Amino acid sequence: MTDTLAAPAATRGLVEITGVRKSFGATEVLKGVSLTVEPGGVAVIVGPSGSGKSTLLRTINHLEKVDGGHITIDGQLVGYEVRGDRLHELREKEILKQRTEIGMVFQNFNLFPHLTALENVAEAPVVAQGRSKADARRRGLELLDRVGLKDRADAYPRQLSGGQQQRVAIARALALDPKILLFDEPTSALDPELVNEVLDVIRELATSGTTLIIVTHEMGFARDVADTVVFMDQGQIVEQGTPQGIFSNPQEPRTRSFFSKVLEPAFNI
Amino acid sequence: MSSAATTVAQSQQPQPVPPAEAPPAGTAGSGSGGSGTQAPPAAPQPRQARDYSSYRVVAAKHPWRWVGTAVVALGVLAVAWSLATNPRWEWGVVAQWFTAQSVVNGLVETLKLTAISGVLGFVLGFILALMRLSASPLLVSVSWTFSWIFRSTPLLVQMLLWYNLGYLYEKISLGIPFTDVRFFEVQTTTLISQFAAAVLGLTLNQAAYSAEIIRGGILSVDQGQLEAAAALGIPAWRRSTRIVLPQAMRAILPTAFNEIIGLVKGTSIVYVLAYSELFYTVQVIYNRTQQVLPLLLVATLWYIVITSVLSVFQYYIERHYSKGAVRNLPLTPLQKACKFFATHAAVPHRRNP
Repeated sequence: MTDTLAAPAATRGLVEITGVRKSFGATEVLKGVSLTVEPGGVAVIVGPSGSGKSTLLRTINHLEKVDGGHITIDGQLVGYEVRGDRLHELREKEILKQRTEIGMVFQNFNLFPHLTALENVAEAPVVAQGRSKADARRRGLELLDRVGLKDRADAYPRQLSGGQQQRVAIARALALDPKILLFDEPTSALDPELVNEVLDVIRELATSGTTLIIVTHEMGFARDVADTVVFMDQGQIVEQGTPQGIFSNPQEPRTRSFFSKVLEPAFNI
Repeated sequence: MSSAATTVAQSQQPQPVPPAEAPPAGTAGSGSGGSGTQAPPAAPQPRQARDYSSYRVVAAKHPWRWVGTAVVALGVLAVAWSLATNPRWEWGVVAQWFTAQSVVNGLVETLKLTAISGVLGFVLGFILALMRLSASPLLVSVSWTFSWIFRSTPLLVQMLLWYNLGYLYEKISLGIPFTDVRFFEVQTTTLISQFAAAVLGLTLNQAAYSAEIIRGGILSVDQGQLEAAAALGIPAWRRSTRIVLPQAMRAILPTAFNEIIGLVKGTSIVYVLAYSELFYTVQVIYNRTQQVLPLLLVATLWYIVITSVLSVFQYYIERHYSKGAVRNLPLTPLQKACKFFATHAAVPHRRNP
């Protein structure tokens, strides 16, 4: 809680997505998506499955190559480089370097099962950022402490609960000091009683000045943390706005019909 | 409206509870106090759980398991008895030749062939597996063709082909293709000795099989692992060696050791090149002494020794790579033995702690 890492009013982590298109075979999953997330902002993307939310998230760190449009982070193109009037695709090494500024947390955690929690967290800073092993371990322990798992540093992922695994995965993403953190349905693979321990960690991050882009089905959580809620359907952004605006007073019929299906049980407890 | 209803219900609830709970608490207290024969004060008495903690546990009996064990034990005994008493096994001859210099030399050659072609085969197999998994159609098809050819021709034929390479190509030279420039040139027959032909044949054959084993292992690792590593900016080579391969090893090792054990005995095929490894040496000896079976037994026993040693290695290497894949590492045989003696010495009649 004593947050030594809180950035001063965020100046880095501006994400600008412009007209992004992406197809898998004959199916176009992103049909020209444009979205701006301010530095330190928290954007939550919601929408039915198959609407392209996850794919959009994965284009931001170039795990998926876009077919059209472009994405910039603090004005720098992701995956490409401007030379003259052409966009040259970056080489693997440069893409990897860009990715160290963008942390990603996956639905299935994707922790490395043969490494301990601490080794998972300390691996990338050493090989991708060239930090010393001792330094990475020290920082790794700090981050595990921050997600409440310092005492499980030597446990292997399979010895941890789902919620604990996801918290380790968040610490692992934080270890590179990213400008931006991407969360791809971070609680969808968790048992209901474990969801909150993960959401609490993300909630804490939302105030730390790191830009967060979160795909989730947790509407209550979205209402709590988001600056901007983005509703996607069929590869397009249908509507976006403040949580109050979009949850209480959606303009588009598609948004209204989606929320009428998902909000009812969540808010009538 | 509904919230008002809940508050009412909540405020009413606590009242009926204490009187309902009081009588059982009272009887439980008096029961444990000693006077157990007291008549129950109220008709609906809650069932009291009986305490079994002082009973001794008697394990279930399995008479047929004992019968089966006895029959098999008898069979094993019979085999052992015949091995020990039938004079035609000629154990004296076996003992005499087991550590003879020529046999030991043959054994060393066998181990050498196994080690060299095993290591080279798996290194080449690893490269072939990576080629097969690459995005380049040429690399994929070359790798595929390699495995196809070497898996579809008998090892014996390959071996003879390599040994007779000099018949197909008299000289081997290194130079610039399609020109007359030659850096060096050598007679094929001097380059391909028996040993070289044997190593070449075994290595290439082994590579074709191990490529598939390694590829299978790599494929068994979840795609999400690679994605997570890429998202963390971990370089490609490190992704393979630190993230994928250690996880693939779990799938690779059992089959790989199968292959290596197969290779140990597979080396015996180089007798066709008259190369004096263990099997050929033994053949030469029994052709001279006519003690065919005892000498085959000598070779067999050595093969068993090598395989046993390899199996021990396999156990510990597999255990090493199961780190993190199982919640707790399995005990080593030594630890198991210690635990067995510790628990059985302390609590003789309880099966479960």
